[in-house]
Amino acid sequence: MSHLAIAPVLIPLLTGILLLLGTGRPLVIQRSISFLSILAQVAVAAALIIGAAGGEITVYALGNWAPPFGIVLVVDRLSALMVFTTVVLAFFSLWYAVRGNDTPADSLHSVVHFLLMGVNGAFLTGDLFNLFVFFEVLLIASYTLLLHGGGAARIKSGLHYVLLNLAGSSLFLLAAAILYGVTGTLNMADMAVKVANATPEQTPLLTAGALLLLVVFGLKAAMVPLYFWLPRAYASASAPVAAMFCIMTKIGLYAIIRVYSLVFGSEAGELANIAQPFLWPLALITLALGATGALAARELRLQIAYLVVVSVGTLLAGIALNNVQALSATLYYLVHSTWICGALFLLADLIMRQRGATADRIITGPAVRQAVKLGGLFFIAAAAIIGMPPLSGFVGKLMILSAAQTDQQTFWLWAILLLASFVMITALSRSGSTLFWRTENRVAKADKADRGALLAVISMLSLALVLSVAGDPVVRFTEALAQQTLTPSLYIDAVLSHETLSGAHTGGAHD
Amino acid sequence: MEILMATVIAVLTSCGVYLLLRGRTFPIILGLTLLTYGVNLFIFISGRLNPGSSTIIGVGEQYADPLPQALVLTAIVISFAMTAFVLVLALRARAELGNDHVDGRNSVEDVKS
Repeated sequence: MSHLAIAPVLIPLLTGILLLLGTGRPLVIQRSISFLSILAQVAVAAALIIGAAGGEITVYALGNWAPPFGIVLVVDRLSALMVFTTVVLAFFSLWYAVRGNDTPADSLHSVVHFLLMGVNGAFLTGDLFNLFVFFEVLLIASYTLLLHGGGAARIKSGLHYVLLNLAGSSLFLLAAAILYGVTGTLNMADMAVKVANATPEQTPLLTAGALLLLVVFGLKAAMVPLYFWLPRAYASASAPVAAMFCIMTKIGLYAIIRVYSLVFGSEAGELANIAQPFLWPLALITLALGATGALAARELRLQIAYLVVVSVGTLLAGIALNNVQALSATLYYLVHSTWICGALFLLADLIMRQRGATADRIITGPAVRQAVKLGGLFFIAAAAIIGMPPLSGFVGKLMILSAAQTDQQTFWLWAILLLASFVMITALSRSGSTLFWRTENRVAKADKADRGALLAVISMLSLALVLSVAGDPVVRFTEALAQQTLTPSLYIDAVLSHETLSGAHTGGAHD
Repeated sequence: MEILMATVIAVLTSCGVYLLLRGRTFPIILGLTLLTYGVNLFIFISGRLNPGSSTIIGVGEQYADPLPQALVLTAIVISFAMTAFVLVLALRARAELGNDHVDGRNSVEDVKS
């Protein structure tokens, strides 16, 4: 048995502790530890993807307890892809952060690694209660990150975020307790079997548990009507943190995909596909409201935060369509939107640093010092996030649009998604022209953008090009992923037929 | 016993939700605390009520499910830590915003009264 599956949890945990001990030490030490660790995580995530690409589902039984009694980590295509997306995003956020956002005393690096531990763990775990625990790990890290840098605006939006998520955690516990009380298990694969064979008396309670979970995941994913915490929180966070937070909504989306394809998926008997009828209208409303918010936003970062809401709506619609093609498109779009939203937040920070007191408000202000360079990058990023060819957003949106099957689905999805894209074009071209062209006759006194930071943004944006140029292998992978995810029996068989190591107690007989 | 437990959880949860909907940070934190108490009790009894039986198989005729007890311990520890964090955050917000309202400013009704 390989220990690779637990590495994405252990590496950031150990790094986080190490960095915590080194708080106050010279930055060069903190930064090198942090970078070595994130590079190792990228390598491990790449190895996990390569290992999972063939379709093998790796089950890692912690403490050698046989499933369903112990906690298991499960690496399939979906979790490997999510872990990879996370660590790549974290790599670029940290890269940007070392160009002027970190100080020796504020333990930014350490908290980012604790966040990574929680996120990676949430993606890998095969146990519902363990999912809750990893959620809490990543939440407490995200609370700290959100307040990074201090200031009244951050405290206010941070307070909303913390209180809402604490209420959400209580709901998660309620749902987990209901599901445990009825099925007698917390292992998601075992729970899927129990749910499929549920008696009619158990069905109402299971439905209640399942839909409570949807509320919790909807809060994390920023689904209507639970997204009001997001725009303010993201707009007030410091740039590398806001970029890092682009993965936070995707954790909720991942949990929705995982739970409602595995436990309450197509093979769940009476409770099959319980979430999809709710997801479809909510997704379209989220999409519409996110686009409206982007149009109404008066600050660039607030606008980008609403674009995150739009991407959540798009992804939820893809999940609600519930077929292989749609899920494949959703996962492709998920990777794209996570990386590009992250890049946009970093770019917005570079732009606002060169606008003096006007900061990121979308009003006439002093001219940006490096208007051509930053304006050009903003144009590319905007094109990518709106979904213009030849960048990856276009490919993703086209795939989601063409995955609609019935007439009614096609009508609503095409109408709302295309209208939202049009609204996004309007909003972003308005802010772009105000920021770069409609300026006062003077240039703000500001330093030139840091080369390293600029390079981080450029490399992140080029991922959009990579995703569309290398579209064929990526799409083949996401298609195989969707196939695997929508066939829950593969996952269930892999977990429940997992054999623990024999003779491990006689002394270190690994592998 | 069932009715007693159900009533206690219902009262704790409803009081928690009521306080959670208030506008100032202190009642909200109290509400969250009450809510987590209710939730913790709920987890505890999700293994069914088996008064007087131990959590070891083979000792008596009946045994109690040990797993919810482990779960509720985890939940208690986490909610305790979170409450401590949010209390400090609320104090910080009071200092930074000069106000203990969650929005950082008094609503119109507050000013009138």
